[in-house]
Amino acid sequence: MAREEETRVKLLGLWVSPFVRRVEWALKLKGVSYDYVEEDIVNKSPLLLELNPIHQKVPVMVHNGKVICESFVLLEYIDETWKHRPLLPQDPYDRATARFWALFVEEKLMKNAWIAIFSEGEEKEKAHKVAIEAVERIEEQLKGKRFFGGDDIGYLDLAVGWVSHMLPVWDEMGSTNILDPLRFPSTTSWITNFLGHPLIRDNLPPRDRMWDYFHRKREQIMASRASD
Amino acid sequence: MAGDAVKLLGAWPSPFVMRAQIALNLKSVGYEFLEETLGTKSQLLLQSNPVHKKIPVLIHGDKLVCESLIIVQYIDEVWSSGPGMLPSDLYDRATARFWAAYIDDKWFPSLIGIAKAQDDGAKKAAIEQVSEILAVLEDAFTKCSKGKTFFGGDRVGYLDIAFGCFLGWLRVTEKMNGVELISRSKTPQLAQWAERFCADPAVKDVMPETDKLAEFAKVLFAKFKNPPSQ
Repeated sequence: MAREEETRVKLLGLWVSPFVRRVEWALKLKGVSYDYVEEDIVNKSPLLLELNPIHQKVPVMVHNGKVICESFVLLEYIDETWKHRPLLPQDPYDRATARFWALFVEEKLMKNAWIAIFSEGEEKEKAHKVAIEAVERIEEQLKGKRFFGGDDIGYLDLAVGWVSHMLPVWDEMGSTNILDPLRFPSTTSWITNFLGHPLIRDNLPPRDRMWDYFHRKREQIMASRASD
Repeated sequence: MAGDAVKLLGAWPSPFVMRAQIALNLKSVGYEFLEETLGTKSQLLLQSNPVHKKIPVLIHGDKLVCESLIIVQYIDEVWSSGPGMLPSDLYDRATARFWAAYIDDKWFPSLIGIAKAQDDGAKKAAIEQVSEILAVLEDAFTKCSKGKTFFGGDRVGYLDIAFGCFLGWLRVTEKMNGVELISRSKTPQLAQWAERFCADPAVKDVMPETDKLAEFAKVLFAKFKNPPSQ
């Protein structure tokens, strides 16, 4: 029998990290209680370095004394371990589709939105364009649906969830218009539906704190570019 | 559903395509291989994978599945009788997925880093990086295999497929640069594993011969260094 402290879930995280947040949402949807440890990502703790020596990043989850890293790996682990309230669809083709779009949004939208906000000139314009194209794809996937998962939140909603509360802040900060509500009505509706879910609504990084954090980051990045 | 016709859009030199082929072979699933010519993208490819326009694409009946590791998981879940390609223990499954992501995010870029290196200094640094990553993977093998033949245990599994598909290109890289990357002295477990993997019935007919791949590589790299003038 595992000792009680080992069966309890421990999650190392960072309040502003979208990778950590999606894991927290998954645990909350499953009703799994966990101990949360906030990491100072600038001064990494000995615990983080010991548990995730390969990447030295959060999220890191400890369950039954075992360590699991990487947010998408964690979403699948959580879904397989706590089988009630499934996150991924049952059908293999629907599962493949959800995984495909999760990867796409991570590689195309997150990466390019970040570049668009934190760069200038031609680099910014190029990234802005690719980010908008990515949202066009999301818009197509969402047509007629309340959530990517259908009637309720699923794996893909959690994977893309950062778009609901973080991308609008980035858009404002970077004077970009990636999430144009006129162009993307289904995505805009999805944002409202997603943020309206009680487990999500009560588990978001505070907007003003996010603003300060990214504003400072933007200043740092622009300053270091100016000095190159 | 499992009975629908299976086609795979791919190309013989591609390690990512090989992942899908090995998975289909492990499950004894018959399929039609549709070869794409390098440098051109067929109408079928553009229609089947409009988002990325890349191979492999698995065409199963009227379903289109893209992205090699997603295809491998799909194959595992559809043809589910018999042993799975992912371990049955949930923690071991997470570990296999973690290392497969590492292969795509860290290993693959480091391997092509050697081909992309512009001068001897950069090449040396790129080779050093690949060696460091192989040392990490040697360690990962110990943990995942638990004393057995493959990352997946007694049989070729998900992580073996994710990493093993690169062995042809790894051998070409060694040959073209006069280096040993996987060797009995530096990475003894990976050296043994590589031999066993390439000899596996599900792998041996789809792993290209090193010489054939080396010839292909010469043509490919020549195109990168001297693009045809328009």
